[in-house]
Amino acid sequence: MKYFHLVWAALFRRKTRTFLTLVSIITAFLLFGMLDAVRTTFDSGSKSIAGVDRLITSSRYSIIQSLPQALQARIATVPGVRDVAYANWFGGIYQDPKNFVFSYAVSPNYLDVYPEIELSPEQRKAFDDTRTGVVIGPLLAKKYGWKVGDKIPLQSTIFPQKNGDKTWQFDIVGIYSLGKGAANGMDQLFLLHWKYFDEANLYARHEVGWYIDRLASPDDADRVAKAIDAISANSDHETKSQTEQAFSASFAKQLGDIGLIVTAIMGAVFFTLLLLTGNTMAQAVRERTSELAVLKTIGFSSRGVLGMVLAESVLLLVFGGVIGLGIASVLAPAVSKGSGGMVNLPPVGAGSWALGVGLMVLIGLVVGALPSLRAMRLNIVDALAGR
Amino acid sequence: MKKFLSFLGNLGLLVLLAVVLGVWTRLSMAAVGVLAVLLILWLVFFRRGRQTLSVTRVGISTLGQRLGASSVIVIGIAGVVGVLVAMLAMGDGFAATLAQTGSDDTAIVLRGGSAAELNSVLERDNIDVIEQAPGVAKTPDGKPVASAEISVVANLPKKSDPTVDANVQIRGVDDAAWTLRPNVKILAGRRFKPGLRELVVGQGALRQFAGLEVGKQIRLAGQNWTVVGEFASGDSHDSELWGDRQTVASTYRRGSSAQSVTVRLTSPEAFDTFKSALVGDPRLKVDVSTTRDYYAKQSEGLTKVIRVVGITVGVIMAIGAIFGALNTMFAAVAARAREIATLRAIGFRGVPVVVSVLLETMLLALLGGVLGGFVTWLIFNGYTASTLGSNFSQVVFQFKVSPQLLWTGIKWALAIGLVGGLFPAVRAARLPVSTALREL
Repeated sequence: MKYFHLVWAALFRRKTRTFLTLVSIITAFLLFGMLDAVRTTFDSGSKSIAGVDRLITSSRYSIIQSLPQALQARIATVPGVRDVAYANWFGGIYQDPKNFVFSYAVSPNYLDVYPEIELSPEQRKAFDDTRTGVVIGPLLAKKYGWKVGDKIPLQSTIFPQKNGDKTWQFDIVGIYSLGKGAANGMDQLFLLHWKYFDEANLYARHEVGWYIDRLASPDDADRVAKAIDAISANSDHETKSQTEQAFSASFAKQLGDIGLIVTAIMGAVFFTLLLLTGNTMAQAVRERTSELAVLKTIGFSSRGVLGMVLAESVLLLVFGGVIGLGIASVLAPAVSKGSGGMVNLPPVGAGSWALGVGLMVLIGLVVGALPSLRAMRLNIVDALAGR
Repeated sequence: MKKFLSFLGNLGLLVLLAVVLGVWTRLSMAAVGVLAVLLILWLVFFRRGRQTLSVTRVGISTLGQRLGASSVIVIGIAGVVGVLVAMLAMGDGFAATLAQTGSDDTAIVLRGGSAAELNSVLERDNIDVIEQAPGVAKTPDGKPVASAEISVVANLPKKSDPTVDANVQIRGVDDAAWTLRPNVKILAGRRFKPGLRELVVGQGALRQFAGLEVGKQIRLAGQNWTVVGEFASGDSHDSELWGDRQTVASTYRRGSSAQSVTVRLTSPEAFDTFKSALVGDPRLKVDVSTTRDYYAKQSEGLTKVIRVVGITVGVIMAIGAIFGALNTMFAAVAARAREIATLRAIGFRGVPVVVSVLLETMLLALLGGVLGGFVTWLIFNGYTASTLGSNFSQVVFQFKVSPQLLWTGIKWALAIGLVGGLFPAVRAARLPVSTALREL
């Protein structure tokens, strides 16, 4: 730390070059921040803190197959299950097929098994009492400017009403907020009453899409899942129960090899970055050969010179990297907003920052290694003579 | 004042650069060829050109001494071009797979507003009306060439990781499906027999999912099905499993309903007749499109997202690479400052110096572009990937590194080279000779 000003001065010896290198580093970490944010979204389902005590029971054969509603009572009798809620996919669109709304028809106790969905008691009561009532997520409310009291017509792409009409009328009675650890995407749900849905729709009577089983203890998950699946074994509606994390992770994996592709891109970026910065550092040391020799002459140890050159390259990377990640943190939400929900980039999280800073230091050390070794081994006499 | 003037000059240079880049992105291959020929003519037949050539020759012959720095440009640009081309190849491959599916002389009918087969339901009486509509081709014995189809999604383990279940599309088809899609060819085994729980699998599905080999059994909705054949179609049907419609419908308790009806039209022109007959029929509320339009539309959303992401990432990387190139070329110019000053002292003008530094950078950039494109082609051309399509099932597609994309990549590389070389070149030409001669 004593020589910080020296390192700092060396960094800005050639302003143009340092600036140019900085921009390369900034862009690289900007890219890293954005891509890592995307990557985290893909496995965020499996990382959320809430939901460790919930199982999802769905049809074993396919996501499009529904289960009989009668199963609820039987699942509830399995030891270790505290509460069973259920939901059905509604497939709602608002006005235009592009405005897809994540809408589920849910059982009355759905909000109880999701404590991270926070609704004021009055709004909760209004929801319970209104047949056509819906509660919506904060992001959805913001997106379309919906308020409590609004009447919203929603078209279902799957379920027409009994009279053949595909447009359903709903009353917004509540806008929830999200507690800690809520999974990604939960801020834009549209929850309607399953009972209303079940009575009014043309096709699916007494059928539900999936069950959410709240457990008494998360450690019991495996045993309870097996017990639930045993209920319907060898019937025509066999089930598969898995933790909520596993359920959403399997969904994310289906989007394909995105994780792999993202990693490949990051690999290419960092390889390039390493090369650019390494080259700059090598140049900087080559140029300063005589300066370093003077330092050594006036008593700096070889190891001290090594440390200073290393510090310089780490500083350069951390400096640029923090700016880059900072820009990414600001830009990611802006992009999500600008694209109107088409691209949903989450803000750069603490995990990405930690990983990013780790990478900065690591790359700084790798890049500085060769030049600093060169500086350490410098022979004073040769260097001063310009040989 | 002097500073202000040079600032103005730089500003002008920037504007000029923006204009040149704008024009450059729109240039066709032929136009670029003409430019290249003009450049060569100038280099060979004009005095300034010949001077440029000799300065460039000196620069290139000393490249070996600056191997590390020069390879930074090459590899940096190769990285940009590689990533860009790979992303675009992914989008193109996905779009191509769906675009190849379908034709102009077959039409698909879905329930109104369904967008995808998964959401659609057509009742038996609707199906009859659709099959009897005008414009539908008939077999010699007078039956309409139409296939009512059911498309359901099943969970099967993936081959790459058997613990991961992914969605596969199962299509229940009528007899006419084989006539409707003549490109579907049986590669091994045989077709399924109507009435039996038999399936034929597409080659793409076979590659992605475990346990679909001919002769094996899989469980669908609690019943055992036998795989009796493998087929290839070269389009999105490759990701599907086909079985008899009635049998699939009974397995999934769909009664006599279907989700879509595909018909062969008497000719592509008959589509309008067919469509207006169905749309005008008060008994029906359906969407009608040619199969080509239907499948092309399904790829629209994802292809757009991939393109936007690819180009955004490409632009950000390109900025990084430009600064890398700038850095390297500034250093190269600084290293050769004395030599350049000497040349100018003995009468070489600014233009040959500027152009020669530019040429050198663009040459390195071209090398990078070719390298990046080649490596991407080597790795990704024909690379098979899969993703979730609009029917909630896996669509298998191949990356397509076309010459068109490689050309785009090379254009990007040259543009990066131009930007990265221009400022150092101008600096080389502007450096006062006396200062430069004294420089280390």
